[in-house]
Amino acid sequence: MKSYDLIVVGAGIVGAACADCASEAGLRVALVEPGPIGGGATAAAMGHLVAMDDDPAELALARYSLGLWQAMADLPQAEYRRCGTLWVAASEEDRARIPAKLARLDAAGVAARAVDARELYRLEPALVAGLAGGLLVPADAVVFPPAVARHLVERALRRGTAFYRSGASHIGAAAGVRLHDHSELSGPVLVATGCALPQLLPGLPLRPRKGHLAITDRYPGTVHHQVLELGYADSAHGEADSSVAFNVQPRPTGQILIGSSREYGATTPEVSLPMVRRMLQRAFRFMPVLRQLDALRLWTGFRPVSADGQPYLGRVAGRRDVWVAAGHEGLGITTSLGSARLVVDLVLGRRPAIDPQPYDPARVAR
Amino acid sequence: MRDGYDVLVVGAGPAGLAAAAAAAGHGARVGLIDAQAGAGGQVWRREVARTGPALARRGIAAALGHPGVAWLPQTQVVGAEAGALLVEDPQGGRWLGYRALVLAAGARELLLPFPGWTLPGVTGAGGLQALAKQGWPLRGCRVVIAGSGPLLLAAAVTARRHGAELLGVYEQAGGEHLRRFARGLWRWPGKAAQAAWMRARLAGVPYRCGSVVRRASGEARVQAVEVDGPHGLQRIACDLLAVGYGLLPNVELARLLGCALRQSGAHPCVDTDSRQRTSVEGIYAAGELCGIGGRDSARLEGAIAGHAAAGDDAGAARLQRPRRHARRFAERLDRHFALDPRVRALAEADTVICRCEDVPLSALDGHADARSARLATRCGMGACQGRICGGALAELGRFPRDGSRPPLFPARLSTLAADPVSFRDP
Ligand SMILES: Cc1cc2nc3c(=O)[nH]c(=O)nc-3n(C[C@H](O)[C@H](O)[C@H](O)COP(=O)(O)OP(=O)(O)OC[C@H]3O[C@@H](n4cnc5c(N)ncnc54)[C@H](O)[C@@H]3O)c2cc1C
Ligand SMILES: Cc1cc2nc3c(=O)[nH]c(=O)nc-3n(C[C@H](O)[C@H](O)[C@H](O)COP(=O)(O)OP(=O)(O)OC[C@H]3O[C@@H](n4cnc5c(N)ncnc54)[C@H](O)[C@@H]3O)c2cc1C
Repeated sequence: MKSYDLIVVGAGIVGAACADCASEAGLRVALVEPGPIGGGATAAAMGHLVAMDDDPAELALARYSLGLWQAMADLPQAEYRRCGTLWVAASEEDRARIPAKLARLDAAGVAARAVDARELYRLEPALVAGLAGGLLVPADAVVFPPAVARHLVERALRRGTAFYRSGASHIGAAAGVRLHDHSELSGPVLVATGCALPQLLPGLPLRPRKGHLAITDRYPGTVHHQVLELGYADSAHGEADSSVAFNVQPRPTGQILIGSSREYGATTPEVSLPMVRRMLQRAFRFMPVLRQLDALRLWTGFRPVSADGQPYLGRVAGRRDVWVAAGHEGLGITTSLGSARLVVDLVLGRRPAIDPQPYDPARVAR
Repeated sequence: MRDGYDVLVVGAGPAGLAAAAAAAGHGARVGLIDAQAGAGGQVWRREVARTGPALARRGIAAALGHPGVAWLPQTQVVGAEAGALLVEDPQGGRWLGYRALVLAAGARELLLPFPGWTLPGVTGAGGLQALAKQGWPLRGCRVVIAGSGPLLLAAAVTARRHGAELLGVYEQAGGEHLRRFARGLWRWPGKAAQAAWMRARLAGVPYRCGSVVRRASGEARVQAVEVDGPHGLQRIACDLLAVGYGLLPNVELARLLGCALRQSGAHPCVDTDSRQRTSVEGIYAAGELCGIGGRDSARLEGAIAGHAAAGDDAGAARLQRPRRHARRFAERLDRHFALDPRVRALAEADTVICRCEDVPLSALDGHADARSARLATRCGMGACQGRICGGALAELGRFPRDGSRPPLFPARLSTLAADPVSFRDP
């Protein structure tokens, strides 16, 4: 039986980052993935690297990760672009949220500033007239997530990581995995299977939350920043069965990526035109010029949502050598690099750079 | 204009026109949709400066002239839900409701990559025909036509009529195959007459069998082609090269609607029973969509589908014999124009496969399916969404194009957000 220092299960962006990090630390790593690298939620994602500040633990992990992302800034295939995030206020009520948001970002060391209505239209002339202002986070960026996942895996492979193109069907009581082809690998296991987590670790609850995205043909110069409505957090953190929010992104190709929708209870990947309609109508309210643009493609993906919205990062309670890094919901591209560093630090018995306690899987007792 | 139809027909080629006329003849309220401005489909596409052949005129008049048929030109189907299609026309997007649906979306050309195929001045064979009919200047232009199938001759006739100087028609099928095909043609007198008519119009133009264009070359556009024939390699200087390797059914809408497909060679077509019923209740398919068969089987299947969709089984039953006869012709075409393996080996490592995103063949090595290739290379992510490279890659034995989703064609965002209320029956 082949034996490893760490067996990473799943090669989404989180598993890819874990394999990268562990191999960099000198561990003998195996990576297990039956599908294309980054072919799960990672392939569906918008790739917005964003300092989300609605929860302190979320912000701490995002902030830590955003620092690590700097190392990818010059990697051509990552398509990294520091376009910044422009949060727009649709109403006075939205605008009233700005000072508190600024204070939270400032406390975490994220540079941000308020933007008045005049500057708002200078930054994004395509926004609908009558908006109250906004908030700019200049260092936020965008990437092409599946390409980053591939890059991380390639780097790990160059350091000797063994790749198994197969799925894991079973995790040993203490450690080790059995693969679908019935072969077995021994050693500590790190489960990074995104939405599929409960299949291997039923004790950790996870719900898929479906999202739709649309991409347009090439219209360079139409949108300059990742632009979101300040009310985005209500959609992201609300418990509604379904919600939509205005969220657009300029791709380096000149294409525009348009989101976003969130749905619990939808389990099939088909595009739902009623949901697309809601999502687009929301976007038109903020950016009417979008109506005229041609869409090339619509797609869907599933965000892995943990019991409390924070990812599970750390040792699985009651298992000596079984670790987990999953449940990043709609922020797993941003937080992948920090999550991997944190978990690998824990595996190695090192002290992580940020407090790991809020992400400890032991918090959910089932 | 009312938005709910008893029978909605997608595609106004020979199949869709016949379906619309047949269904309207039974009193059904019919909607007939086509993305093009004129009716007629691929074969009866009207020329800017000519009126079409008599058969085409009659076929078009029988449908468009019927008071029960609402003709909806320049209307593209981009999405679907149970009982309604999302369409886009120059005014915008809307939903059209139906009780029965006839899919007659026809076929497109199979373009296979070879070195130089993306140079300006290289088109498909049908593409050349369409350009000529649109009034593109061909006078004095030196044209080489290559690929496979009777479409090459049709394209040659059109190009010549528009003043092109035809340097030759190069058919990949071997001479023995073509002679056997020609010997059996007497059983379809209409086809035999058509073939004779075309050959007469192409008097003096070399027609070479067993010949494949290996490469096109030129500085800013095509200047020469290299033809590999029974007598070796030949270099021909030319201004235009038209290459088409046959046709490929437009199954995307049928697939989106959940209709069962079957494989015909490397490509899927829609599976129907003898009444043109698909696996989905209330949805019929006819013409090239059900397997490449040509104009005659398209017309007959369209009529069968129209009768069946309007509830006239006897009408559909009456046309079974002629339909089988027409389909037998299609089987012969398939057999005798089968692609030579040489044709699948033309693309080299650096030959571009996906023109939209500039992806070379070598970049696709190691990818077992379209999705994995798309994620790693952007192959099929461009404006055509794999409509061209997907067919080629399936033919080359790499992997099939993956499933359909809305929008089937690029569509305005406002169309995708169209209000569904309008499809409720008036
Ligand atoms: C529409 C949408 C937009 C998003 N936008 C953003 C954004 O802009 N910014 C951001 O930061 N985040 C975004 N996200 C969230 C982000 O995509 C996810 O949080 C992140 O991709 C999760 O990564 P993962 O590696 O955990 O999961 P995945 O990418 O799903 O990877 C899990 C992998 O595990 C594999 N696997 C499953 N079971 C097994 C098994 N038994 N054995 C072996 N392998 C297995 C799967 O094949 C898969 O490759 C978005 C998500 C969606 C759906
Ligand atoms: C480029 C080309 C040239 C050809 N030239 C000849 C020729 O000269 N002689 C000959 O005998 N045969 C020719 N053929 C073969 C031709 O396919 C058949 O002879 C015959 O036209 C098939 O009839 P049909 O009704 O099945 O399909 P078609 O004639 O192809 O008609 C299908 C129609 O559906 C429409 N359509 C498709 N999808 C949508 C959508 N989503 N929304 C709205 N409308 C849609 C198309 O615009 C088209 O008008 C040609 C084929 C091609 C592809």
